[in-house]
Amino acid sequence: MKEIHVRELTKVVEELCIESNYNLRPDVLLALKKSLEIEESDIGRTVIQQIIRNAVIARSEKLPICQDCGIVNVLLEIGQDVSFVGGLIEEAINEGVKRSYKSGFLRKSVVDDPCFDRKNTGDNTPAAISLRLVPGDSVKVVVMPKGGGSENVSVVRMLLPGDGPKGIKSTVLEVAKNAKANPCPPVVIGVGIGGTFDSVGFLAKKALLRNINERNEDERYSNLEVSLLEEINNLGIGPGGLGGKVTALAVNIETYPCHMACLPIAVNFGCCALRSAEKVL
Amino acid sequence: MIRINTPLDDEMICDIYAGDEVLVSGVVYTARDKAHRRFIEALKRGDELPIDIRGQVLFYAGPAPAKPGEVIGSIGPTTSSRMDPFTPELLSRGLKGMIGKGPRSESAKRAIKENKAIYLVATGGAAALLSKCVKRARVVAYEDLGPEAVYELELKDFPVVVGVDCRGKDFYVEFSNRKSKK
Repeated sequence: MKEIHVRELTKVVEELCIESNYNLRPDVLLALKKSLEIEESDIGRTVIQQIIRNAVIARSEKLPICQDCGIVNVLLEIGQDVSFVGGLIEEAINEGVKRSYKSGFLRKSVVDDPCFDRKNTGDNTPAAISLRLVPGDSVKVVVMPKGGGSENVSVVRMLLPGDGPKGIKSTVLEVAKNAKANPCPPVVIGVGIGGTFDSVGFLAKKALLRNINERNEDERYSNLEVSLLEEINNLGIGPGGLGGKVTALAVNIETYPCHMACLPIAVNFGCCALRSAEKVL
Repeated sequence: MIRINTPLDDEMICDIYAGDEVLVSGVVYTARDKAHRRFIEALKRGDELPIDIRGQVLFYAGPAPAKPGEVIGSIGPTTSSRMDPFTPELLSRGLKGMIGKGPRSESAKRAIKENKAIYLVATGGAAALLSKCVKRARVVAYEDLGPEAVYELELKDFPVVVGVDCRGKDFYVEFSNRKSKK
């Protein structure tokens, strides 16, 4: 059994929160630069150029890419031969979030009671934590700060098996159309297909973690990703929602087996400031 | 490039059109969901608002904290439609402009037209860049709301696009009409 002190976890979460908030993901930056080759609208091009200049300023001056520094999604893939010592895993993660949002001058956007009080917790905790057990003796820590605008237009829907690929396509297109300018386009669209009502949303979020310039390994799904991107970019929403060709930079699909009676789908938007960072302990 | 200075008057507002790219300078006030709710509650009680909104511009934004020695942290627009239910009331009391992102409701647009106001759109996801256009910042109301407090900001050449002009023309609708005509 390999022992890892929870203080290591706190330290890594703190580092990753700051790193992800200051540095636009290289795959997103690359896709933005490439998108200038196809964007024809003048305002659309201005918006993309602003987003690229913003990423350069944020990185060099150590400023958050977006004022909405998000609620922190933390995904831990824990090798089952690892034993955490010195405290509780969840407390260690939240301590890392708390420290980074203070030391990194990041905006605290989490409220306690969701329905009535809605009082800011003051330190951006708690994080949204997912734990997964995997073989081995290492721990992968993935941090993804997620803003409110892109979450608010995201959708989970229980399709039926007969809806098939056509139903998947029309659902994603409808959701993208309704989202309009609100998730800060050019967006990345994470699509989860399969699993269960609760797990399909996580699948869609996980899809956003995959390099956006790489397609699904299954050719049928990679074809679906490519044709969905083309149709979404024909909607005309464009950068900043102000019209143009580049509404989305990529569609990433992730799948999981599901019940024979079900076809769950989730669409989770990543804004143009899609952020994540990871490290192995 | 068109430049406008706050506070806004009718003449200035009527001179710009949906889709125009504009640089804004002068004082604006941040206000998000909770500040709007408090504004409306105060008006219902018959109290004065903590700021005089006549001729002024509200910026739908909650900034990141300023680093030591800096004016402000990253700051960019939040989704405007969440403020739509409160907008007609504030416009009827003299508010002249709003900065945010995304389309507005029909009733908000009608109120913009009736009150000769203007809705300006800033780029979401460019908050570090936009923070460079903020020359001065201080909290003027609702400090307890943290990032949702009302800040008085002095802007210099803050880049926006006119989303809805004083004639009620909506750029989000205009460009999609243009596209479907093709």
